[in-house]
Amino acid sequence: MDITPQEYDQLVQKHCKRSPLGKDMLWAFIVGGAICTIGQGITDFWKAAGLNEKDAATATSITLVGLAALLTGLHLYEKLAKHAGAGTLVPITGFSNSVASPALEFKSEGLILGTAAKMFTIAGPVLVYGISASIIYGIILVILSAI
Amino acid sequence: MNNKRMGQATIRFERPPRVRAWAAVGGKKEQDGPLGSEFDKLFPDTMCGEQTWEKAEMHLQKVALGMAANKCKLPVEALDMLVAGDLLAQCVASSYAARSASVPYLGVYGACSTMAESLALAACMVDGGFAQRAGAIASSHFCTAERQYRFPLAYGGQRTPTAQWTATAAGACILTPSADDQAPVRITHACFGKICDLGITDANNMGAAMAPAAYDTIRTLLSDTGTHPGDYDGIFTGDLGLVGSRLLCELFDRDNIDISKVHEDCGKLLFDQSQDVHAGGSGCGCAASVLCAHLLPKLADRSYKRIILAATGALMSPTSVQQGESIPGICHAVILEAGGKG
Repeated sequence: MDITPQEYDQLVQKHCKRSPLGKDMLWAFIVGGAICTIGQGITDFWKAAGLNEKDAATATSITLVGLAALLTGLHLYEKLAKHAGAGTLVPITGFSNSVASPALEFKSEGLILGTAAKMFTIAGPVLVYGISASIIYGIILVILSAI
Repeated sequence: MNNKRMGQATIRFERPPRVRAWAAVGGKKEQDGPLGSEFDKLFPDTMCGEQTWEKAEMHLQKVALGMAANKCKLPVEALDMLVAGDLLAQCVASSYAARSASVPYLGVYGACSTMAESLALAACMVDGGFAQRAGAIASSHFCTAERQYRFPLAYGGQRTPTAQWTATAAGACILTPSADDQAPVRITHACFGKICDLGITDANNMGAAMAPAAYDTIRTLLSDTGTHPGDYDGIFTGDLGLVGSRLLCELFDRDNIDISKVHEDCGKLLFDQSQDVHAGGSGCGCAASVLCAHLLPKLADRSYKRIILAATGALMSPTSVQQGESIPGICHAVILEAGGKG
């Protein structure tokens, strides 16, 4: 074949439809913003129910995670995420979906080697690097406070 | 020995094997597609009444083979050989589906090119006299492929515009010797493809990864047989989809060969653009079901006299993609001719 990988790559770029960035970002902004607004509403609800600021924030996370897991189980979350992209991926609801979806999917391999083992295949890296980063920041904070 | 081989890589069958019967089965999306009414059986339930998606895919294969054998008025056990393949690791859909068949079995893996590979291998077996009746089968299932290659179904991800949709479908053909004039289709030539890799690493752009292989195999077949695109009623690639099809035509344009008039793609035929399949269908079941639901019937009623089926496969694994390897493409082709009685 008388075409180099570089020439072929140029040909491929010419023929590939790009993702509609403007539309994608608008969707992400509207849906992501709506999830945050709902989150604020939930916080206000818990505060009105008598929780202090810190507990209300924790209760809000729990509520959002629970709702997103429920929507994942009902196969509604992925339908929204198909359009919303980062709007549903970035909030805590996206984390919930990334744990609940493999847990559901792999239950056919059993509760231990399926659901439990595969539950963190997508969210695992977020946990590993998130917790690692917080430990490093914690150590820096301890050192800085000691000086 | 060499009289069965012509040119660079083409096999010319001395006694062209026949395709006696075939059957195509599909799922809900295939039912809603343009070829929906041409399938032998459709399963609106993704699980096909089974407990897991893997079992559902095995069920698709079993039903397709059973129906094809039934059309020959033969039990599956009467076959001399089964050549079958699918997308799953260790080819489990095929081997598990063949558990009850009690027939000598060859499992093959050619990704989405599997149907052409199994058909060509079975044809070699029949022409060589190693089998009198051979079955060639391939299947895929959207849900089994997604969980193996990509993400869980309920995961909220976005698909890129170049991504393709794995067909939930299976196709089965029963091949018989050249002397069987009841069989309406002949396989005259086969061309096993070479691996072609032009450095595509995006697993969501398989059409681009496979187009060079399709070009290479079709070009070899045309040149070895001394034929031109115009000599065929259609050149059907396996599942290059929209992107790969455009690239294939462009690669041929560089040689001043216009195949766009006769080129069609199974991935574009199986689904409609309104079905949200992005660049088109894919999976072993795509070429297999389009062949058995659409192409073979058209050869049987002589709407087509001669066609090329050039099924294409992207031979990567999730591990090779994660390790940053580029995607090797393959394309196997067979020439099918109308040719029953008279």
